[in-house]
Amino acid sequence: MENLKSVIGEHPFMQGLDEHTLDTLVGCASNVRYNAGDYLARMGQPAEHFFIIRHGHVSLEINAGPRGIIGVHTVEAGDVLGWSWLIEPYKWHFDARAVELTRVIALNGECLRKKCEQDHDIGYALMKRVAQLMEQRLTATRMQLLDMYGTHV
Amino acid sequence: MNKKSKPSTHTLPASQLQKIIDLLYDQGYTVIGPQRRDNAIIYDEITSTDALPAGWIDVQEGGTYQLQRRDDDAWFGYAVGPHSWKQFLFPAKKKLFTIERETFRAQAEPADKTRYAFLGVRSCELHAIAIQDKVFRDGPYADPAYSRLRNNAFFIAVNCTEPAATCFCSSMNTGPGAESGYDLLLTELISSDQHEFLISSGSAKGRALLGTMELPEATPAARERSQELLTRAAEKMHRRMDTEKARKLLLANPEHPHWQELGTRCLNCANCTMVCPTCFCSTVEDVTNLTGDTAERWRRWDSCFTMGHSYIHGGHIRSSGAARYRQWLTHKLATWVDQFGVSGCVGCGRCITWCPVAIDVTEEITKFEPVTRDTAA
Amino acid sequence: MAAQTDPMLPRPFRIEKVTHETADTFTFELSQQQTNGNSGFDFACGQFNMLYTFGTGEIPVSISGDPARPQRLVHTIRAVGSVTRAMKKLKKGDTLGVRGPFGSAWPVQQAEGNDVVIIAGGIGLAPLRPAIYSILQNREKYGNVVLLYGARTPQDILFEKELREWRGRFDMQVLITVDHALGTWKGNIGVVPDLIKRVKIDPDNTIAMVCGPEIMMRFCVIGLHNRGMEHDTIFVSMERNMKCGIGLCGHCQYGPEFICKDGPVFPFSKIRTLFDIYEL
Repeated sequence: MENLKSVIGEHPFMQGLDEHTLDTLVGCASNVRYNAGDYLARMGQPAEHFFIIRHGHVSLEINAGPRGIIGVHTVEAGDVLGWSWLIEPYKWHFDARAVELTRVIALNGECLRKKCEQDHDIGYALMKRVAQLMEQRLTATRMQLLDMYGTHV
Repeated sequence: MNKKSKPSTHTLPASQLQKIIDLLYDQGYTVIGPQRRDNAIIYDEITSTDALPAGWIDVQEGGTYQLQRRDDDAWFGYAVGPHSWKQFLFPAKKKLFTIERETFRAQAEPADKTRYAFLGVRSCELHAIAIQDKVFRDGPYADPAYSRLRNNAFFIAVNCTEPAATCFCSSMNTGPGAESGYDLLLTELISSDQHEFLISSGSAKGRALLGTMELPEATPAARERSQELLTRAAEKMHRRMDTEKARKLLLANPEHPHWQELGTRCLNCANCTMVCPTCFCSTVEDVTNLTGDTAERWRRWDSCFTMGHSYIHGGHIRSSGAARYRQWLTHKLATWVDQFGVSGCVGCGRCITWCPVAIDVTEEITKFEPVTRDTAA
Repeated sequence: MAAQTDPMLPRPFRIEKVTHETADTFTFELSQQQTNGNSGFDFACGQFNMLYTFGTGEIPVSISGDPARPQRLVHTIRAVGSVTRAMKKLKKGDTLGVRGPFGSAWPVQQAEGNDVVIIAGGIGLAPLRPAIYSILQNREKYGNVVLLYGARTPQDILFEKELREWRGRFDMQVLITVDHALGTWKGNIGVVPDLIKRVKIDPDNTIAMVCGPEIMMRFCVIGLHNRGMEHDTIFVSMERNMKCGIGLCGHCQYGPEFICKDGPVFPFSKIRTLFDIYEL
């Protein structure tokens, strides 16, 4: 468990969290391994976890029917994955597929939500970090929408 | 007279100006001077003083220009018209080269060896030419055609004693009297019984030409009269431009709401840039003959008021009229100083006169004081 | 003689080789057509030429070749306008008009003794390639060398073979991302400024060179600045309409700067205040 705690504490997303919060998070954490091609999340399924990527490479995808599987974002070691555990109705909106062997710390969403409700300091600390992550993803998504390198005549 | 260190001033009877024109033609110059055409004073080739716009004055205001009869028969009794000397040194349309598909050798047009003598150049226009020299002749890359025409030209300046209401050279220190950049300088003196010029030289070329004419020294009274006319001309100018202040205001206010208003008023007709004696933007056009074997590349005047001016693949950088107006005015009065060490404006007032909606740069510049935001709820 | 001193006259260059890089982007290798044999074309990394196609027009294009190999003049061109589309139809043996080289250069000498972060977006990799060649040829003079490259899709990645080579080197970090991809793509998906957080940056000893669309450069500058880099150590390459390339036609003005002769490469500190003004 101490190992989990240090891994969580050293992750960029968790920078600055106090001991108490880290201990609480560890209580919800488990080590998980995904082989290439395994899904960490499936669209429409309950968002049971929040992933801290330790190693590997995960692709966020959407199945666009006849257009095929479209990748929209990738995350790798140093990133986190998923905020659906925090937001009702707690369901994934995208597929998340391991592109290669991927090791993560999976934090149980229900467990996290409970702790956040019980201790709003923890809730706020996590919410701030998730909000920042959302802002970064939204900015990146807007840039992708601009199609910066496309021809616009 | 050559021995004197300071060039002396002589008196030239009006009838003798023809002799100067003749001498210039003898020396191989093509003389360009003011003439009345299409109800305006324009610049074109001239062989006789009979063609000068004797007895006409240009009455100018924002958006208006009218020729009216003067009380006298002064030859240079107007200010400035829609033309400037720019059209001769930097022609509105010029072929850059012809190229054959087969050889792919670009052949420049034969050098224009014309030697122009410009008669009736105003002080503001001399300043404008000095400004275009910095652009076309004195930079890291020179336009050889401009340089040749300009270096070969002979400049006969005429002091401006009849500024138009749109003129503001006195506030910009670009007139009304010419101080340098000319070969010969005239001041027209006219009274009921006398029509003469004060004449002095400003270069070796001018001195040499003057030396061939045996002209009397000017009388102190004539000199005094000349000075008086210039003083009075400066006093007549009510429009003003504070170049330093204008520059600061424009650089500090690229997002000022007044640009929007200017963008609404401006018709984007580009008149101001066409009549401006310093505007230098040009574009190029490529044409091929019908068989496609020969192509030509032409340069023609362009204007920052056109959409195409800022086009890059994907769109136009300055798509709003406000942005285009800002580009013109900010360049002219502010960033020109960064680029060339001088303002791009010489106070000739042409952009005011020829603006169809009478936008007056001297007035607009005062509206760029910082906006004070009303913070009260 | 007059013809040689006229800066507006293109010189004929023969297309020796055409490489189709992507669906809309191609590379020309050119040699100078001279009666007295083939002479080199000296240029500095980041400079551009005005390229003329017969009867169609002339456009500015950055040089994408190796400055240490001046025998061939190399340009990588994307067919986006009438002139570039006409160029795309040209074949080996055809002729192109060239004027140049013009403009400022990437600070490859200034960067010696420092780490270098090169960030390219789309066709923006082409103007940076000469700098990459130069730096790799004098690799011992630099600290860490990083290349971050973003393309639209995997199919739009330029210079794929060289990117593989560079990525295979032990002395260079190469990260590539694309904005859009099908599920078969194994690499990164996301915008290139997001790669900045993935690399080590020593802000006091790093020179950054950035080239791509203005929006991309804007976010890269923010990303680098957030990592502690000062604006005078971040260099960007700007683009504007150009008709002459030599400061005479007035088209490429950017505030007080002429992109053609003061740029195209600027330390960001020099244009920072201009960068935020719309429609400049």
